[in-house]
Amino acid sequence: MIVPVSWYLVLAAVLFVVGTAGALTRRNGITIFLSIELMLNSVNLTLVGYSRLLEDRTGQIVVLFVLAVAAAEAAVGLALFIALYRHRRTIDLDRVNLMRW
Amino acid sequence: MELAIFVIFAALALVSALVVVLHRDPVKSTLSLVVTLFSTGVLFILLGAPFIGVLQVLVYTGAIVVLFLFVVMLLNLQREARRAEPGGHGQKLFAGLGALAFVAFTGVALWRATAGAETAPLTPDLVDLQSFAADLFGGYLLPFEVVGILLLVAVIAAFIVAKRPEPASGERPAASDPEGPR
Repeated sequence: MIVPVSWYLVLAAVLFVVGTAGALTRRNGITIFLSIELMLNSVNLTLVGYSRLLEDRTGQIVVLFVLAVAAAEAAVGLALFIALYRHRRTIDLDRVNLMRW
Repeated sequence: MELAIFVIFAALALVSALVVVLHRDPVKSTLSLVVTLFSTGVLFILLGAPFIGVLQVLVYTGAIVVLFLFVVMLLNLQREARRAEPGGHGQKLFAGLGALAFVAFTGVALWRATAGAETAPLTPDLVDLQSFAADLFGGYLLPFEVVGILLLVAVIAAFIVAKRPEPASGERPAASDPEGPR
């Protein structure tokens, strides 16, 4: 039996929401970052799913770019966390409010 | 067979994603993310994108997550993780409600948009790596090069940001460097 693509899409939506909820409720910077990676990953799943449904390779190519951008984002973000930790000795984002309102 | 693989890896992805979000310890969250990304890679292969699936495992779980683990262990965040997350019960409640609403909306929308569509069997053209490469280096050559430059810029930025700051003139050189020898 061929699994319908809509199942993949719903799974991707659920994964995206799990990531969003994590990014909104957690306070540890690293965990928020992991949640964002989760969201990017679920978007990749949606892209590949639609690429399969429409039989168009463009979705897969966009996934390649998303992967590259995610790698760049992870590198810069983690460097920021290292710099932050060096200055404040914490990455609890509730206690880092230098640039908040 | 395909159904069994889908169910197993979808469940695995879902459970490990929940562990990523809910676990206190950042190391275990990161390791759980490996499971999520690997399961999604398997789903990519099921969807007829074997190249993307392999790339997912290589780049994400092989490089990005290792970077995360490296930083988590470098910063030694165990102490931070053990401290209770302050307050935020209302925030969690509303995040949960919003999550449910979003799942309901998008779930229904996606279902309606795609449930009627009969999923055609995989065509060899969709899986073919050669035509994938022809597309990537044909019509998408410019974005590809731009991504290369983006990665270069990101590496330089990461290096500059994470570099140990020079002891600035006028600051106490010993106290301004908390990572110094002790």
